[in-house]
Order: sequence, then C-alpha cells, then structure tokens
Amino acid sequence: MKIEILGVGCPKCKQLTANAEAAVNELNIQAEISKVTDIDKITEYGVMMTPALAVDSTVVSAGKVLSKEEIKKLISK
Amino acid sequence: MAENNCMCQEAGVLIFPCSGGSDVGELSDRVARKMAKCGQAKMFCLAGIGAHLPGMIESAKAANKLIAIDGCQVLCSKKILEHAGFSPISFNLKDLGFEKGKTKVNEENIDTAASKISGGKVEKTTIHNSGGCCGN
Repeated sequence: MKIEILGVGCPKCKQLTANAEAAVNELNIQAEISKVTDIDKITEYGVMMTPALAVDSTVVSAGKVLSKEEIKKLISK
Repeated sequence: MAENNCMCQEAGVLIFPCSGGSDVGELSDRVARKMAKCGQAKMFCLAGIGAHLPGMIESAKAANKLIAIDGCQVLCSKKILEHAGFSPISFNLKDLGFEKGKTKVNEENIDTAASKISGGKVEKTTIHNSGGCCGN
C-alpha cells in the first residue's frame, strides 16, 4: 500500500503525516508513507485544499487533518 | 519557504459557474470571477467535479458552502454538483432577470448579477468604481 501526504509542509501536513504513521503502525500493515510537497504534483491530483491524503494514488481526503482512527478506517477498506 | 504556498487555509465558499456556451453561460463565469476577485468566494472547477476527480471532490467537501451559478433553467452546474453528492446553493440567472440569447455580457450585467447573488455586497462598491468592488 502506498500512502501519500499531499501538502507543502505546514503544521497541518506534519500532523496528518504523524497520524498516518500511527495508523499504519497500529494496524501493523505494510505501507509506504511519503510526502508530496511539490505544488504542481499536488494539483495534478486535483487537490485544491491541503493537507490531503492519497491511498494507492487515489485521493481519499482533502482539506482536513484526519485523525488516526479516521485513517485506520480508510486504509482498512 | 514552503509555507508561503500553503493551501491549508479554510476552504470557505466555493463557487461553480456553469460557464456554458451561451451569453448567460458566459455571464455566469464572469460573475463568479468577479465574486472571487472580490474575495466573496473561490472559483472552483466544475469540470473536475463532473469528471469525478477524487482530488476535486474531496477538496470540495472541505468547503463551508458551495454556490452553483447557472445561466439557464437547464441548471447544469447544480445538477453536476448534486450528481457528485453535494447540495449547493443554486442561482439561476434567468430567475435574476437574464434571458438566454438576449443578455449582453458587460460590466453592468456582471455587477448586477453579482450583487443579486451576493446580497448587494458587490453593487454598492462597483457603481462608482466602474469595474470592480476591489477598485479594479
């Protein structure tokens, strides 16, 4: 599973990254978490509000700092 | 630094003109751009919603309010948003007095329509500025 955090690196993006890492750890699954900070790449995803979360290249959330529990639900589907 | 380009600000109000091929379609687009320029809403891409691009859909979900501006009673913008699961506030320029095929796309009509949609916030400042609430 590939999880991408889309955002230019503000505190909200960092918090979302931390929550995603915590979710992956708790679920004990194999996932590669990466940050996408390049604005052009973020807009290529159609994202206009950050932070955003993409799972396997599909945006599942934008403009929100999802909690660890919310991320767990999204990546468990 | 990166934070200068941060897109993490509150989404606020997003505006979706139909931007159709007719005179009133063009007027819807110009009205939306005017309102965006005046800081009353942010322009958003109706085509991206119609294409069901996940990034666009999720970004629109982050908004406090969505406004659809349609040029005519076909209501394409409203219907596209509803098809994507949203419940926009809908304005039809026909209801505001603009007839398809009989409407000039000029500053006066742009200001009048924008004023009616925004509850008068544009009109008062544009009348004497000939072109924009922002003085442009």
